[in-house]
Amino acid sequence: MSALIWLAPASVLLGLLGLAAFAWTFSANQYDDPQGDAARILLDDDDGPPPPEEGRDVG
Amino acid sequence: MALSETWDAAPVEASAAQDRVELLVGGARCAGCIQKIESAVRARAGVTSARLNLTTGKLSVVRRRGGPDTSELIALLVAMGYRAALFDPGEALAEDNREGRRLAKALGVAAFGAMNVMMFTVPVWAGADMGVGVRTFLYWAAAIVATPCALYAGMPFFESAWRSLRRGRANMDVPITIGVLLTLAVSFSETLLRGREAYFDAAVSLLFLLLVGRYLDHQLRARARSAARSVLALQAPTASVLDEAGAVRRIPTGQVRAGDLLAVAAGERVPVDGVVEQGASELDLSLVTGETLPARAAVGRAVPAGASNLTGQLMIRASAPAENSTLAAIARLMEAGAQSRSRYVQLAEKAAAVYVPVVHAAALLTAIGWLVAGEDIRTAILRAAAVLIITCPCALGLAVPAVQIVACGRLFRRGVLVKSGAALERLAEATHVVFDKTGVLTAGKPVLVGGSADLAALAAPLARASRHPLARALAEAAGEGPLAEEVTETAGFGVEGMIGGRRARLGRADWVGAPTGGGETELWFGFEGETKIRFRFVDEVRPEAAAVVAALKARGLTVEVLSGDAAGPVRACADQLGLDAWRSGMTPMDKAAALDALAAAGRRVLMVGDGLNDAGALAKAHASMAPGSAAEASQIASDLVFEHGLDAVPEALEVARQARARALENFTLSAAYNLVAAPVAILGLASPFVAAIAMSASSLVVTLNALRLQFSRIA
Repeated sequence: MSALIWLAPASVLLGLLGLAAFAWTFSANQYDDPQGDAARILLDDDDGPPPPEEGRDVG
Repeated sequence: MALSETWDAAPVEASAAQDRVELLVGGARCAGCIQKIESAVRARAGVTSARLNLTTGKLSVVRRRGGPDTSELIALLVAMGYRAALFDPGEALAEDNREGRRLAKALGVAAFGAMNVMMFTVPVWAGADMGVGVRTFLYWAAAIVATPCALYAGMPFFESAWRSLRRGRANMDVPITIGVLLTLAVSFSETLLRGREAYFDAAVSLLFLLLVGRYLDHQLRARARSAARSVLALQAPTASVLDEAGAVRRIPTGQVRAGDLLAVAAGERVPVDGVVEQGASELDLSLVTGETLPARAAVGRAVPAGASNLTGQLMIRASAPAENSTLAAIARLMEAGAQSRSRYVQLAEKAAAVYVPVVHAAALLTAIGWLVAGEDIRTAILRAAAVLIITCPCALGLAVPAVQIVACGRLFRRGVLVKSGAALERLAEATHVVFDKTGVLTAGKPVLVGGSADLAALAAPLARASRHPLARALAEAAGEGPLAEEVTETAGFGVEGMIGGRRARLGRADWVGAPTGGGETELWFGFEGETKIRFRFVDEVRPEAAAVVAALKARGLTVEVLSGDAAGPVRACADQLGLDAWRSGMTPMDKAAALDALAAAGRRVLMVGDGLNDAGALAKAHASMAPGSAAEASQIASDLVFEHGLDAVPEALEVARQARARALENFTLSAAYNLVAAPVAILGLASPFVAAIAMSASSLVVTLNALRLQFSRIA
């Protein structure tokens, strides 16, 4: 019983971590362009990586 | 950045120093396109960033103040060979997007809840040796996770149920809402009373499975609507208006006023009804009236909106008033059709109308029955709740969306865009097919018949220099070759030029100098002072048309053609294809009236048409299809838009019929499941474990059954 009192919140916390990860990928628009993301792997980024947050958040 | 702010990123943001513009790009398909487009746009001075979304075809450009304006960007993309237009999402699409994000978030929360609640409830189901204290502790832990998740993830259902109840009806979301809320309430009271029958896991996993169905359904509709909008935006009609100073401005067609003077270049479409003020040309009326062959346009002739200007520049005075124009009349027919269509009741709604009262009556009778049998009120309510949970329309909620998404996905890959699930259901019910002739059964462009290849090659150097459809057909028949020199084109008459040092003319009989005045279906050719040669053209029936008509007949449908063209070509086409009936010389109103008459006679009509003259009929038909080459209005009015040939018609019909069969099977499976599970619950034998397993199993079965559609054979 005493183990449960620790383990139950710990497991819920791990679950919440998963949910937070989902919330992050979602808010970072990672599900918006699956085809484009698949194609972009093939591009040679000779000019270096694109600037962060490009095309989504401005200002 | 805080999570709460980024859940719903605003689509367009602007600040004082820079702004963002979204362009729709057509034709981008691969990584190469991404690189080409993005680097070209980024290279423009004043552009901060450019990012192409390959899935939606939207290019998002951030530019500094004073950077390139939208039309420059569009011109740049067009010069690279892509189609481009400014993207204005509009209220409906923005709403769609918000709804989609909301469902996705609810789905994520429900998934988290379902997985984590089971950590606490599985030990109880599994019959682990535990005391009442440990069990109650686990239930409280489950309650803490499940309650907020269920309330959040259930919101879309609660709101929909509330809206439906306020209108005095009960949709499928009413039993879902009652089921979920009652389950939570009963589970809480059981936990408080230290009882065994808590269903926290059932409440959340039920919502998870339902949200999967709801999300699939939403994705299907959103994708279709967005694709339809892209098609339209990329063809957004504009008009070139001449102001008093004689300068040309391009404005959206909707802003053209009566009395405006418009320039229509060769190759452009006439934007609004008008009268020719200046210039001579030939008009392709095939999209307006269904006539195959070009009509001459000279000063004083009235020209209808939608006609394609073929050979010479025309100045057109827009005629007043706009709301009396042919286009406006067609638009009214389309509205009437859309209204009658919105009254269509979908399969799932029909099922809900039967299902909801039956299930609620069964739950009520269960509670009364157990009370009468002498049980206490707690047991009676528990068993009634078990009935509601176990019969919750989980499989029903998945049954139809799963089938429709598989069917539409399959058709989408084949180049057929289905605008809604309801469209698929209506298509499956069709008993009668009405075809338009020009551009649907026929190629919609003339082809050279008879005449030897040598003769065609002789005239081809002149034909290659002209945009006239008959000349093009001649050039196509002759293949590649030299071009005539010193070519001049006289709009409405023909082309003249030097071939091998000799002057020659190609065009109308009287202009070339032929003795007989031929009709519009022929071209005459001759060198100066020599015998003239005649070329004849017909609008050929598409090679696949006969097989398509036969396939439709084999499926038990009657096939008819309604055309605006003259009787001769329509009869020839009908005879060649073995059609059951044909009518010619029909106006747009005639076509719409003919569809009304067919509907009144109890026929369920599938209309296939492409012209503006078909738009009213397309909107009135029980189901309708238009080729991708059709007029914009016809594409809007149609349920399905198809590329690559008429074969799509029987194939879409077959897929729709199979989808209907799968959906009905799924209903049967759900009903069978309920017939077994409900009595178990009514008798009080359903444990939370049994309920959860049965529910998931039935959802899995209907989903797998829907997937069969993916691999089924089309005869």
